[in-house]
Amino acid sequence: MAPHDIRRPFKRAAISDQQKRRELSLLRQAQNRRDAQQQARCLASSILSLQSAAPESQPEQSDIELETVPEAEQESEAFSKDLDVRQASKLRGPEVRKWFARQLMLPEWMIDVPDRLAQDWYVFARPAGKRCFVVSSNGTTVSRQRNGSILHHFPSALPAGAKIRDGSGSAQSYCILDCIFHELDQTYYVIDMVCWNGYSLYDCTAEFRFYWLNSKLEESGACNAPSHYHKFRFSAVPVYNCDQSGLHAAYTGVVPYAKDGLLFYNKHALYQTGNTPLALVWKDENCSQYVIDTDGKGEIPSQQQVVLELQDDRKLVTSDDPPVLFGCLDGDIIEKSGLHTGNLLRFAIGDGGLSFVDGKLEKADLIYLGKSNRARAFADSYSKVLFQFMVRHSPLKIDDLLASINSANDQEKTPSDIEMVG
Amino acid sequence: MAMEVTQVLLNAQSIDGAVRKNAEDSLKQFQEQNLPVFLVSLSGELANEEKPVETRKLAGLVLKNALDAKEQHRKFELVQRWLSLDGNAKSQIKACLLTTLTSPVSDARSTASQVIAKVAGIELPHKQWPELIGSLLSNVHQLPAQAKQATLETLGYLCEEVSPDVIDQDQVNKILTAVVQGMSSSEGNTDVRLAATRALYNALGFAQANFSNDMERDYIMRVVCEATLCPEVRIRQAAFECLVSISSTYYEKLAPYIQDIFNITAKAVREDEEPVALQAIEFWSSICDEEIDILEEYGGDFTGDSDIPCFYFIKQALPALVPMLLETLLKQEEDQDQDEGAWNIAMAGGTCLGLVARTVGDDIVPLVVPFIEENISKPDWRQREAATYAFGSILEGPSPEKLIPLVNVALTFMLSALTKDPNSHVKDTTAWTLGRIFEFLHGSVVDSPIISQANCQQIITVLLQSMKDTPNVAEKACGALYFLAQGYEEMGPSSPLTPFFQEIVQSLLTVTHREDAGESRLRTAAYETLNEVVRCSTDETAPLVLQLVPVIMMELHNTLEGQKLSSDEREKQSELQGLLCGCLQVIIQKLGASEPTKYVFMQYADQIMGLFLRVFACRSATVHEEAMLAIGALAYATGADFAKYMPEFYRYLEMGLQNFEEYQVCAVTVGVVGDISRALEEKIVPYCDGIMTQLLKNLSSNQLHRSVKPPIFSCFGDIALAVGEYFEKYLMWAMSALQSAAELSTHIAGDDELVEYTNSLRNGILEAYSGIFQGFKNSPKTQLLIPYAPHILQFLDGIYMEKDMDDVVMKTAIGVLGDLADTLGSHAGSMIQQSVSSKDFLNECLSSEDLMIKESAEWAKLAISRAISV
Repeated sequence: MAPHDIRRPFKRAAISDQQKRRELSLLRQAQNRRDAQQQARCLASSILSLQSAAPESQPEQSDIELETVPEAEQESEAFSKDLDVRQASKLRGPEVRKWFARQLMLPEWMIDVPDRLAQDWYVFARPAGKRCFVVSSNGTTVSRQRNGSILHHFPSALPAGAKIRDGSGSAQSYCILDCIFHELDQTYYVIDMVCWNGYSLYDCTAEFRFYWLNSKLEESGACNAPSHYHKFRFSAVPVYNCDQSGLHAAYTGVVPYAKDGLLFYNKHALYQTGNTPLALVWKDENCSQYVIDTDGKGEIPSQQQVVLELQDDRKLVTSDDPPVLFGCLDGDIIEKSGLHTGNLLRFAIGDGGLSFVDGKLEKADLIYLGKSNRARAFADSYSKVLFQFMVRHSPLKIDDLLASINSANDQEKTPSDIEMVG
Repeated sequence: MAMEVTQVLLNAQSIDGAVRKNAEDSLKQFQEQNLPVFLVSLSGELANEEKPVETRKLAGLVLKNALDAKEQHRKFELVQRWLSLDGNAKSQIKACLLTTLTSPVSDARSTASQVIAKVAGIELPHKQWPELIGSLLSNVHQLPAQAKQATLETLGYLCEEVSPDVIDQDQVNKILTAVVQGMSSSEGNTDVRLAATRALYNALGFAQANFSNDMERDYIMRVVCEATLCPEVRIRQAAFECLVSISSTYYEKLAPYIQDIFNITAKAVREDEEPVALQAIEFWSSICDEEIDILEEYGGDFTGDSDIPCFYFIKQALPALVPMLLETLLKQEEDQDQDEGAWNIAMAGGTCLGLVARTVGDDIVPLVVPFIEENISKPDWRQREAATYAFGSILEGPSPEKLIPLVNVALTFMLSALTKDPNSHVKDTTAWTLGRIFEFLHGSVVDSPIISQANCQQIITVLLQSMKDTPNVAEKACGALYFLAQGYEEMGPSSPLTPFFQEIVQSLLTVTHREDAGESRLRTAAYETLNEVVRCSTDETAPLVLQLVPVIMMELHNTLEGQKLSSDEREKQSELQGLLCGCLQVIIQKLGASEPTKYVFMQYADQIMGLFLRVFACRSATVHEEAMLAIGALAYATGADFAKYMPEFYRYLEMGLQNFEEYQVCAVTVGVVGDISRALEEKIVPYCDGIMTQLLKNLSSNQLHRSVKPPIFSCFGDIALAVGEYFEKYLMWAMSALQSAAELSTHIAGDDELVEYTNSLRNGILEAYSGIFQGFKNSPKTQLLIPYAPHILQFLDGIYMEKDMDDVVMKTAIGVLGDLADTLGSHAGSMIQQSVSSKDFLNECLSSEDLMIKESAEWAKLAISRAISV
């Protein structure tokens, strides 16, 4: 048996730098894991609650901001096709609002009449009210507005929408409906169906979605009168083929709700989140109280107002992708008002109006008013500005739409050499 | 057959490689073909007095290796094999071994002692070979001296091999009696007395009961103390070793003897030969270790009921102990600072002085200051060095208030000595002392800074200058700079080092290129210091850190250019690569932490990854680990784009996960899998089959170090969170592994270390559950998790009821409760309501003072209320 070594570390730091690197790595990994976990939890609750992360409900209007009431067809940036819940997990605070805004399919404004309206499109009267996502899951139902704030949290007859012990609401099932909540009769009007009973309808055509919506919604009992386990009534809206009679019915037909314009959906279009030209909105005084933008006091300003985004090179653009150029801002104004790239600015359209060459915007007579309301997330889209401009100057009338259908009918009747594959 | 063994054993020691190889192969073959006969032949060879001593010895060693191995799993195999061996064979072998103890050939006896202990180590815990101790003891009294010596040695080895609870107190008493009698001065034979003293060292762990008995303890202590005065130096050394062991094992029993022990040790330190003096100093170092531990526990727990009271032996001995230690400082050896293996009385004395300072704090200062003042300017370098070393040694322990006035006076002197002292040893110790000053008395913890704008410039100039000195001095100067930089960490947006940053970095890089940078671990110290300088840098110097990236990349590139390296060169290359990968890791982590610098840094990502892959291709474990760590940092900085590196990187990831032997490498790789999961999210899916298969394999292996298992569980959670319902494929396997680990870790029976390990295991399991629940959330497949919920809730209740989880586990556990409720919703509602966790545990966490626990608990409360409401 040999003597035992009793050497101690001499003039040496107790911890090696390698050990320190290892420990710092572990620390970073633990922190990242915690963050990932935390985000997953926030997101899981994002659809249902997200009380802490979601901004308080933004005022629908403010005294300076111009809004198309009640629906603001603001634009967003590039979207992913699916509602990938995990994407939202990366979001925090104000980002949540943008995220929810991006989950809905947003129609462009109709500035000219699409071809083959009668063949390829549906039309229906849009209920006036708050656009929202209704999500049923885990025995409860939550509606969220575009800004992410919760409208209602309630039991419903939707699959997985209430805790009733008949076993119908299994945990894995959930529904996501695109709705407009109509205050007057306290009804959710379902204008589109995104997921039903755990089955995703994103990749389905509007034709199929509307068919499914009409049959399943009725079946579920969600259209029944409110009860203890079903706090709000749901209702489908009558959807027509956009032929002469269909358009007429949507425009003049009696519905249980106040109309706010007409929505046109292309039958072949999938549910595409964000802005799409495959869904269009059109309004006139007969079918909407809100044709021309009002200001916060509900008054119509004498000049049309638009919100544009300031870019690097002083350019003013819309929120479209790619953005449409409306003009350049004077360097003096930028300096005096302390403006930065990315600011959203409010302008009036002056007497010079908008001029077009070959159907493209060439010049806009813009008068700078100031920065837009902070609550605004996006600039106006080109179609919105143009629609508002047209409304004030030469509106697209219902007769123009009907005429377009008729002329198309005429063309259809004349024999053609060209095989239409459409 | 027996004849054959002798020849084969002789051949196995041949200088001719081919003959040796042949012999080794035949031994192996023999062993595989007929183990009992093989082992019996070996024991016969060992016992046979007619055989040459070298084959007897080798036969014993081969026999020993058939009973024990370093690797845990191999050892287990060997034990099982021995236990199932034919009883007759075992009896024959044991008889041969016992006979050999009486052999006149000392090597044969000594080998037999060790083999007997190994067999005892296997059999005694199984209640086999009950007659062994009795027959050994009966021999002690009858045999000639050499057999007595071998028997005592065997008892010593046996005590080392066997755990105390295996031997009943009656036998322990008999062993101790025989051993202590063998040690006593009445034993005339020196070899017997030495063997007995060394045996006692191992037997002390068995003497718990005897040390509680005053009479027996007095007797043992008297014999040990007498042995420290024995004329034979090896016996004195062994006796002091016993005292050192007693000082930690029976600290609380020492009070009656401490005065005598002080006298004995003081005499040994001053007069005895160095091996003895070193043990005598070690006794006091060991007492310091004990008292530091006890006092630390006092400090941490204000109720003050620490198990062992502090007897303040050091404080009481202080007036005599400190002068004794200061004397030793003057006994330096020439060039000891350049000899990495050196350990002498001056070094041991200085180290002990440092421990004494940590034990008593301020009280040591007035005892040391006069020594420093008297010697610091003497012409003899020994005196200057001793004074400096004494000063450096007492910088940890006493309060800053006590030390800062001294340091303020000494700093200028030290800086001047570091440049001007003619003696390298003095400079070495001076640079080390400066490092200690910066380590303990500089930075945000100290109220009155010792470094001002005025002397900062001078300090840096001197340190950079010293980096050009001899390697050992330069290494200490790097160390001082390391702590100087560390003290400026978290200084806010502006660091006093900013104006010197460029110069410091340049000087450190120059050091790494010194031809003699391989000595005194200088190159390592330079890179470590560079790392710390980068870690502690501020935004002001971010552009300079960025400039460092291509520089270090080029260095790493250069290491890859070498062709056909010798094994020595390969080792150096691999070490350098490790340093460079470590440096890049630190830089990536620094630059990746803020968006603007990360953005600029990313232009290098492809090239850096290319270099790391080439480093892997060189294949060496330490580099592997450093490059792996760096890749984890890179994955975190790169995010989803890391996917493009995966096709090439994956094979190394797999290799890392398979590296059981270097478990650190395996652990680091598991962590990197987590980094990559978070970075790639669902893009990791194509690699999941391979990764999950390997991780499950690792869990079921008994070869893998247990410390890697908790991170593997956490990693399950990372993967599940990243891939969501795709995890379904692995769910059954993962859950079954988690479930069995959960059952094992609910209850803890064992020491602090085991408690700590069990808690880390629990945390890993819980993180896995969290990741899986959150990953499946909102998928149509959540129902797959329902069957596992009862067990998970039971696990949570179980560990709650045990009341021994730490804060980290508590936070993770309550989070899992929330995740379960959140994902399963109404399906788990009633289950959750029935669990203890959802009530008592949740309430306890809600009122926790730990914010993280509270936050998790609030989340859990919300999720539960949703699951059970409506």
